[in-house]
Amino acid sequence: MKALIRFATDYVSYVLKGGMKFYAWMGALALLMVAMLYVFYLQNTEGLIVTGMTSQIHEGLYFANLVFLVGVAAGAVTIVFPAYVYHHEGMHKVSVLGEMLAITAVIMVMMFVFAHMGRPDRLWHMIPPWGIYSLSSMLGWDVLVLTGYLILNIICGFYYLWCKYTGQPINQRWFIPLVFVAIAWALSIHTVTAFLIATMPARPMWHHTVMPIRFIATAFAAGPALIILIFLIIRNTTKFWIEDSAIRLLASIVTWCLGIAIFLTFSEVVIELYARTEHANGLYYLMFGLHGLTRLVPWFWSAVVLMIGAFILFLTPAVRNNMTLLPIACAMAFTGIWIEKGMGLIVPGFIPTPIGEVTEYFPSFVEWLMTLGIWAFGFFILTILLKGAIGILLGDIKLGGQSAVAN
Amino acid sequence: MTPAQPPSLDSSQTQPSCSATPASANPAQCGSCAPKTSRRDFLKAGGMLSLSSLMGTGALMTHSDDAHAAAEWGEHFQKNYRLMTEQEKIEARDRLQRRYSAEYGKPVSVDITGAQPGVLMGYALNIRKCIGCRRCVHACVAENNQSRGTRPGEKIEWIQVLRMERGKFEAEKMDHGYPEGLGIQVGGNAYTPAGQVLEGQFHYNPEAVPEKDATYMPIACMQCEKPPCVKVCPVRTTYREGDGPVVIDYNWCIGCRMCMGACPYWARRINVTTPVLPKAEMNPVTHYLGNRPRMRGVVEKCHWCLQRTRHGRYPACVEVCPVGARKFGNLLDPESEVSKVLERKNVFRLKADLNTFPKFFYFYD
Repeated sequence: MKALIRFATDYVSYVLKGGMKFYAWMGALALLMVAMLYVFYLQNTEGLIVTGMTSQIHEGLYFANLVFLVGVAAGAVTIVFPAYVYHHEGMHKVSVLGEMLAITAVIMVMMFVFAHMGRPDRLWHMIPPWGIYSLSSMLGWDVLVLTGYLILNIICGFYYLWCKYTGQPINQRWFIPLVFVAIAWALSIHTVTAFLIATMPARPMWHHTVMPIRFIATAFAAGPALIILIFLIIRNTTKFWIEDSAIRLLASIVTWCLGIAIFLTFSEVVIELYARTEHANGLYYLMFGLHGLTRLVPWFWSAVVLMIGAFILFLTPAVRNNMTLLPIACAMAFTGIWIEKGMGLIVPGFIPTPIGEVTEYFPSFVEWLMTLGIWAFGFFILTILLKGAIGILLGDIKLGGQSAVAN
Repeated sequence: MTPAQPPSLDSSQTQPSCSATPASANPAQCGSCAPKTSRRDFLKAGGMLSLSSLMGTGALMTHSDDAHAAAEWGEHFQKNYRLMTEQEKIEARDRLQRRYSAEYGKPVSVDITGAQPGVLMGYALNIRKCIGCRRCVHACVAENNQSRGTRPGEKIEWIQVLRMERGKFEAEKMDHGYPEGLGIQVGGNAYTPAGQVLEGQFHYNPEAVPEKDATYMPIACMQCEKPPCVKVCPVRTTYREGDGPVVIDYNWCIGCRMCMGACPYWARRINVTTPVLPKAEMNPVTHYLGNRPRMRGVVEKCHWCLQRTRHGRYPACVEVCPVGARKFGNLLDPESEVSKVLERKNVFRLKADLNTFPKFFYFYD
C-alpha cells in the first residue's frame, strides 16, 4: 500500500516537472480545454441549437470524431499484437505506450459521447442499477465494450508500469491471458461501432456488410500512423529510443491496411454507383453533390487524394524507411482517414433523409471549438500518460530511487 | 386561481356522441352508423379513468412559487415511466401538473391513463382523397404542443405531406434524360418522374390545393409493430404501449438520437432547444406519454394523440381532415372504420420491405 502511494506521488511529481516548452504546450492545451468547457455549458443551457445539427442531420462532427477515435483506440493493438503474439523485440519495449494511447482515445470517445448527447445530465439512465441497460441496443453494447476496453488497458498498462517501477517480475499467469483478451477486445470495440451504424436499414449509406471490416482496416491504418508520429516525436524529444524495427513494422501495417481500406472504398463506389439506385444517393452526394448541394464534395476528394497519395508514399521504400519523410505519409494517411471515416461517412448517411429531403450540415463554431477542445484534452492526457510511462521505462521513476527531472 | 376543468376533454365525456361524430366531410363514411357505437364502447372505459386523473388539478395550482424548482428536482430522479408503480406515476403526474400549471399560467392536466384491454389502435389514410392542404399538420402542432419558433430547428411538425409529381410523358422528352448508360441504352425513353417524390419538394407552398400536377402523400409515425427505433434505444425510454402506439418517456430520454437514425420514416424530431410554446397557445389537456410539453434535448414524435384517443376521441389530424381521408380506430374491432378499410379496400404499408409492420395503412378507392 505504501509502495502504491509512493508510485502515485513519484509518478505525479515526475509528470508535473518539465521545461518551458512543456508548460507552454500544456498551457495551450488547457486554454482550449477551457473553451471546450464553455461551449459545453452553452450546449447544455441553450441546447443543441448552437450546433449545426438538425432533425434531418442529427449526427455530425461529434459523432464523426467519436467513430474515428474508436478506431484509434483499436489501432493501438497494432503494437500490442506483434509484441505479444510474434514476440517482436522492438515492439515489446514500447507496447505499454500503445496501451496509453488506447486509454487516451477511449476517454476522448467518451468526451465526444458527452458532447453528442442531447441530455448528458441523464447519462446515468444507461447505468444499472439506477438506470436501465438495454442489450438490444447497439449503443448499449458500444458503451459496454468501450468501458471494458478502457479498464483492460488501464489494468494491463499500469500493472506493467507498476512492475517496472518496483522491479518485481510480471506475473505471467494472469497478465498474458489478459493481454490476449485486450487484443480480441480491441477488435470488438470497432466492430460494435460499425454495427452501431450498419444495423440501420433506414440509412442505406451505412447498411452494408463491408462496414465492420472497413472500420477495422481504416483503424489499423490511422491508429499506427498516429503512433508512428508519436514515436518519432518521442525519439526526438526524449532520451527514450524507439527501435527502427518497431517503426518499420508499423509502417508496413499502415501500408497494407491503407491498401485494403482504399480497395473497400473503391468496391463500394463501384457497387453503389453501377446500379445507382436511390440507396446510392448518400454516396452520390458525397462524391458529386445532390440537388445542387455540394458541401462535402471537396472533403471527399481531398480524402481520396490524401489516402491514395499516402498509399503510394508508403509503398515507396525510400519514403517508408526514411524517418524524415515517413511523418508526411503518416500525416496524410491520418488526415485522409479522419475525413473519409468521419464526416465523409457520417453526414451523407443523412442525405437525403429517409423520406428524400436533401439538406446540408454545417458544423458551427461551437462544434469546432468543442472538437478542438476534446482533442486538446486528449493530447493533454496523452502527454501525461506517455511522459509517466517513458519515465518509468527509462528508470527515471523508480521505487526508492531519486526523483529525476525529465528533459 | 379557480379550479378549472380542462375544457375539451370534459365535453367529450358529457356528450359522447360528439366525439363519435366523424369530422369527415365524406357522406359515404357518415352513412354507416355501426362503427359509431362500437368505437364508443372500446374507449368508454378510458373516459371513466380520465376523470380521476383530472381531479385535484385545481387544488395543486394554489402554491406555485417554487413549484418549478421542486418539480425539476423531483423529475430528475424519477424512474423510467414503465418501471414506476401506480403510486409513483401519480406522484410524477402531480409534479408535472404543478410545474406546467405554474409555467403556463393555467390549469394543466397530465393524464396517465394506460392502455385499455382489447384495443389495438390502427390508422388508415386514403391517398386518393388527400388534397395536400396540410390542415392536419397545423392541427397536430396546435394539439400536441410542438415547438413553433422561427430559428432553424425550433419549428417542429410531426406530419410531413410529401408532394409527388403527377408526371406527364411527352413526345418532346423522347430520348432525353435517364437512362444514360454510356450509349448502351439509346432511345425509347421519355424519362418523367411520375409518382416519385422529387428532392426538395417538401416545402411546397402553392396558392391553392390540390395542384393540378401533383398528388400528396402525408406521412408521420407509422407506429410500427416491429419498430426499429425501440430496438436501438439504449435506455428503453421509447417503447410500444399495450394498445399499439410507440411512445416516449420524455423524462428518461438521454437525447442520443439513435432512434432518429433507425426510423425509416423520418418520424422523429429532436428538441434542439427549449421548445417555443407561447402560453396562450399551449394545450392544457395533456398525456404523460403524449403531448405534454417537452424539454430541451429530447426526442418526440406522433403518438396518435393519446390524450384524446384513450378517451374516445379521434386524433386531431383525423378530426380536422376536410376530405375525410384519415380513418382511425380499433383494429381488434371488426366494426371499426379502420377494420372496415382493411376488409374492403386495397391497402399497403409504406416501406413494407423493411419488415417494420406499420399500423398505419394507405388505401385508395
